[in-house]
Amino acid sequence: MWDWSFALEILPEIVSALKITISATFAGFAVALVLGLILTLLRRSDKVIISKAAQGFIEFIRNTPILVQLYFIFYVFPEFGLSLSPFAAGVVGLGLHYSTYLSEVYRSGIDAVPQGQWEVGTALNFSKTQIWTKIIIPQAVPPVVPVLGNYLLTMFKETPLLSAITLVEILQTAKIIGSRSFRYLEAFSIVGLLFLLLSYPSSLLIQRLDKKLNRR
Amino acid sequence: MSTIELLFALLKGLRVTLTVAFFAIALAFVLSFVVGFGRLSKIKFIRAISTIYVEVIRGTSLLVQLFWIYFALPIIGIRMTAMMAGIIALGLNGGAYGSEIVRSSIISVPVGQTEASIALNFTPRQRMWRIILPQAFVMMLPGFGNLQIEILKGTALVSLITLGDLTYRANVINASTMETTKIFTILLLIYFLIAWPMTRGIEWIEKKLTVGRY
Repeated sequence: MWDWSFALEILPEIVSALKITISATFAGFAVALVLGLILTLLRRSDKVIISKAAQGFIEFIRNTPILVQLYFIFYVFPEFGLSLSPFAAGVVGLGLHYSTYLSEVYRSGIDAVPQGQWEVGTALNFSKTQIWTKIIIPQAVPPVVPVLGNYLLTMFKETPLLSAITLVEILQTAKIIGSRSFRYLEAFSIVGLLFLLLSYPSSLLIQRLDKKLNRR
Repeated sequence: MSTIELLFALLKGLRVTLTVAFFAIALAFVLSFVVGFGRLSKIKFIRAISTIYVEVIRGTSLLVQLFWIYFALPIIGIRMTAMMAGIIALGLNGGAYGSEIVRSSIISVPVGQTEASIALNFTPRQRMWRIILPQAFVMMLPGFGNLQIEILKGTALVSLITLGDLTYRANVINASTMETTKIFTILLLIYFLIAWPMTRGIEWIEKKLTVGRY
């Protein structure tokens, strides 16, 4: 059943594939942070068409599977002349999907700033830029930092999906080992353990950060 | 193939997608309550087991859990069909997230409600059924609405363990016709058309149940 020496033998190979998993996570998160901000701003646009279009886009992305979105980016984009490597397609797919979630997070952060704060800014003759940078953003950001952290973790756990578009991250590595040796138990269990070992302590860290940032 | 033909070829996978989604949502719903109450139990052992389940599931990835159940479990003698593996993986995963919805809703019912029902001499069972749960359940609805959608979207993953759902069909048809753009656009639209009424349905129930409150 469980073979310790085999598990130890394949461990280095799986661990070395973590590099791909982790870099895809952070690159995807960076894309999501920027796209999410753009979506939030579009949604707040005074032009109804723009804000409705942004909202429709968000609803559509959130209500369809990320796996199918990844296929779409990887297989359909080349038909229009945009061929992406598995890594790039994965980063774009992850980033796009989670940008719609992050735009909600940004929105909730901005909405949580009391209306009076905007009025005070106007009363003190602040310019629009000053109101945003000196009053709204400093109050909107701290409450949402832990939420953003949780989404980073969620994205980390979604990266195995990139194996479906042929990216050799840790799950794909485990699968290759499995089909080579006909031993799936050790390979997949190690992948699961690695995820747990990395994400559980991170989630505790985020909880502590939350307590520290949002003491009231 | 014409668009209509593609659509019908794809829809052959609809039944599998809906079956997996239905049973996985049902399993997740039951587990959410069992484990959600388990985490609030007075017995330490039950609390510990529930917490470990939730943390292990939430700390690993759905696709890894699915592969583990389908490819690794047979090695230790537990065999099941792809359909079963898909339902169990999605249900277990959804249950872990759902239990947090149940737990947090129950503890956010104001403590005065508990005190009032004790003062009125309600039994613990009456207290839970008549006072706490009706109030907590309304709070759970938006969370469960999201969870349903997450599970529905998750069903696409079963295509990776050879189950013939919508996404699997799309890949097969794509390999033979190469009508990539059409196929994947239709596929996205089908998922959206299933998810959209589910979202609206939950909102409707929420509105019905909150009529006259506050």
